[in-house]
Amino acid sequence: MSAHTNDTALMSYEDVLAAFDPAIGLEVHVELNTASKMFCGCPATFGGDPNAGVCPTCLGLPGAMPVVNAKAVESAIRIGLALNCDIAEWCRFARKNYFYPDMPKNFQTSQYDEPICFDGWMDVDLQNEAGETETFRVEIERAHMEEDTGKSLHVGGATGRIHGADYSLVDYNRAGIPLIEIVTRPIMGAGERAPEVAKAYVAQLRELIVALGVSEARMDQGNLRADVNLSLAPKGSGTLGTRTETKNVNSFRSVERAVRYEMQRHGAILSDGGSILQETRHWHEDTGVTTSGREKSDAEDYRYFPEPDLVPVAPSREWVEELRGTLPENPTVRRARLQAAWGFTDMEMRDTVGAGALGLVEETIAEGAAPQAARKWWLGELARRSNEDGVDIVDLPITPAQVARIQALVDDRTVNDKLARQVFEGVLAGEGSPDEVVEKRGLAVVSDDGALGAAVDNAIAANPDIADKIRDGKHAAAGALIGAVMKEMRGQADAGRVRELILEKLG
Amino acid sequence: MSTVKDTAAEAAGALADGSTTSVELTEMHLDRIDAVDTAVDGRGIHAFLHVDREGALAQAAESDARRARGEARGPLDGVPIAVKDVLATRGLPTTCGSKILEGWIPPYDATVVQRLRVAGLPILGKTNMDEFAMGSSTEHSAYGPTRNPWDLDRIPGGSGGGSAAAVASFQAPLAIGTDTGGSIRQPGAVTGTVGVKPTYGGVSRYGLVALANSLDQAGPVTRTVRDSAMLHDVIGGHDLRDSTSIKTEWPSFTEAAAQGATGDMSGVKVGVITELAGDGWQSGVMARFNESVELLVKAGAEVVEVSCPSFVHALAAYYLILPAEASSNLAKFDAMRFGLRVTPDGDPSAEDVMRATRDAGFGDEVKRRIILGTYALSSGYYDAYYGQAQKIRTLISRDFEAAFARVDVLVSPTAPTTAFKLGEKLDDPMAMYLNDLATIPANLAGVPGISVPNGLADEDGLPSGFQVLAPALADDRVYRVGAALEKLLTDQWGGPLLDRAPELETDR
Repeated sequence: MSAHTNDTALMSYEDVLAAFDPAIGLEVHVELNTASKMFCGCPATFGGDPNAGVCPTCLGLPGAMPVVNAKAVESAIRIGLALNCDIAEWCRFARKNYFYPDMPKNFQTSQYDEPICFDGWMDVDLQNEAGETETFRVEIERAHMEEDTGKSLHVGGATGRIHGADYSLVDYNRAGIPLIEIVTRPIMGAGERAPEVAKAYVAQLRELIVALGVSEARMDQGNLRADVNLSLAPKGSGTLGTRTETKNVNSFRSVERAVRYEMQRHGAILSDGGSILQETRHWHEDTGVTTSGREKSDAEDYRYFPEPDLVPVAPSREWVEELRGTLPENPTVRRARLQAAWGFTDMEMRDTVGAGALGLVEETIAEGAAPQAARKWWLGELARRSNEDGVDIVDLPITPAQVARIQALVDDRTVNDKLARQVFEGVLAGEGSPDEVVEKRGLAVVSDDGALGAAVDNAIAANPDIADKIRDGKHAAAGALIGAVMKEMRGQADAGRVRELILEKLG
Repeated sequence: MSTVKDTAAEAAGALADGSTTSVELTEMHLDRIDAVDTAVDGRGIHAFLHVDREGALAQAAESDARRARGEARGPLDGVPIAVKDVLATRGLPTTCGSKILEGWIPPYDATVVQRLRVAGLPILGKTNMDEFAMGSSTEHSAYGPTRNPWDLDRIPGGSGGGSAAAVASFQAPLAIGTDTGGSIRQPGAVTGTVGVKPTYGGVSRYGLVALANSLDQAGPVTRTVRDSAMLHDVIGGHDLRDSTSIKTEWPSFTEAAAQGATGDMSGVKVGVITELAGDGWQSGVMARFNESVELLVKAGAEVVEVSCPSFVHALAAYYLILPAEASSNLAKFDAMRFGLRVTPDGDPSAEDVMRATRDAGFGDEVKRRIILGTYALSSGYYDAYYGQAQKIRTLISRDFEAAFARVDVLVSPTAPTTAFKLGEKLDDPMAMYLNDLATIPANLAGVPGISVPNGLADEDGLPSGFQVLAPALADDRVYRVGAALEKLLTDQWGGPLLDRAPELETDR
């Protein structure tokens, strides 16, 4: 679909690492799940009829004024605290001035030099080759509050981008939805692991956001959006090179791929004596490349100044401490606790975390599934689908409750493992709930003794030698008869019951 | 019998005792508007940009019905009012005096307008103003200037010349103005009317199309101090939709005005601001000012000279802060969602449409200030301009604090001169800006101020104004002192100053 083919010169990854030190920087936008927008009472839910969820304030009509959403401030502070940030005693909103049709006021109400949260850090867990956990500290420069823009839809043209479009439509429902932008300091010293660190940071940040309950945090829905900054400096120089900012990176996997790609692209340019253009680049998920967006030079001047329509935000220390008390468990502590509770081996735990499925497994267990069963499905069937489809595991169209239900169907022998895989397939294909899929596809195993008895009789009649062995007490031979019954029942037989019936009849 | 010359308080009394009806009052004023506002030879007052005869009469009829049921909502229920065209009015055009908003009908009411409706005041129409409130003469209106009822060849002040002229020419007993650097008080001074800029945050700005958000304040425009106080009591108070509006229990300003109207000034300490006099101040204006101060002394006030040294920098700071905020506020006028849209030929991009629309829709003064403000906020210049201006603002606030530690109120002439001729200063922005020299400090510091008519200058026979400033939140003081001076002066004159204004030729 994309016209962007990979004719950009790339340096081999090993050569990049031999000559350069990468520095990465991540700007993550988190769309809060508050009931109303950042500065007005309109619903903060995305979607619905275009331009139905708007009012004079979020449409920027002349005369309308903003009022700060206290719940959004609370969420911002909780995110800041969870990221070990200081919380400003006094801070203001600022106007970021630039013209764009999806920005109702042609300025974004954001924060500039007075962010509500600043100077924090997050320890990102990485696995070394020996399978041990190592932490890498990512320093957080700031987390600030701002409002989202509307959404432009470019109609006509080949790319869906503004260039070449016949006309554009703007939906302002998203305008004014509260965002928290979390900005890291330049992450240096990650070397060859830079792409991995970037991915792990975003994944762990998402885990934290979900645990805080402040956002739906779905990357595929745009609730969590990552901009990836990358620069290379001559190896050992300790300096920072010119950076590029890659936008539209919509999955953990893409974060990793985008960093790697930009490292290779920068490396090729720099080693060829060229210089990097400071610019915004777009990530193309399908082709795995970045292309130049608008140039972001020093000439771009947002003319920030304090928003005069809002009073400063001055969270009391008492409130901040009260919110500190509502923080979820630290992810490292949490992982240790869960591993103990579930009885997972280090290897099992590492794989679960590595697959980004820790929360999913936990929720599935909370829905009633046994720990090993929950792990088995998420890391087996579902991890495979996630890889095949190139979507993050959390974004698969199946819920932990549904996974738990499928396991329950296995436990009560409605389906066996093999049929369960078909149930997964049906749910992922959008055919409905597990029970509906079983019903529609006719997947329930037969445990009715009448039907099974007839099949067992047939199997015994067809395999007299084996039947004799069983009669002689060689119960292990029952497997062959079970196979025959399963074949006749086209897999939809309760294997346990079949075995019991065989032994009853031949015992 | 009621006439258009009645004050709002008198009209309210006539409504209360049943000697008139709101429909009668409203009709009377609509007829006056027809007679004097749009004269055939182009020499009408032109105070109104839009008159809502039908709507005003419907509201008047509702008011009469309420009163008949014994459910009048307050003293001003049924007294008609004019509203400056910078406040959003649901279903009524709101242009801000600009072509870029021609034809825009807001889907919502400003909080001030909503409060007027709740209190039952029929809205006669929307009054003329300098485009986006940028100006001191109303000549920058894209729809043509308003004329001063005292001399049709002269300006009525600005930016709220429409509201002041409407009240001065008896087209409305009450009007709403907005004051960013003097746009209520200076028109009041040059038209012989009363204008009040409340404490910043005293009246909601929600629905007031912002010129400079940190300076703007809506307030009353009337013919008497008492009328202003009554109107302020209706429109003031905290508003959840304006987080800069102050949460406090305000005293009754009507009470404060009544107290002042006894004319007793004993125990009141008055400071005369040294810096707001001297070169460039018209001698007739200064003569009336000094006489007014003498009157206050005779009435028992203690008067001292007070220096506010930073005030000399107020104009410079103001003309950085205002354009900076305005340049950002006016960015939303981009043809995308409302108002004028100019589509250039060819295959224009959204940016091309924005550019063409803003080029055609904004007047020169607006463009001048957008350019100034954009420059002042530019990276590399921000500290030198916007940052410095904010520091001056702090110094001015400190001057006020120091002064109010010594005196209860500060006084000065409202404007350096009486009304000048139409066109006289149109090509000299600096000369125009100087009109607001005395009024700007109050906006920078957020303190309340009133302008009370205090006579006619000897050299031209035109009205001058007396400004009273009080500490933030002490709006009651400007009403008390303003009412006292008004009482002392009208006793001396034997009637209101506006009795001396020339009769307007009407069409009938």
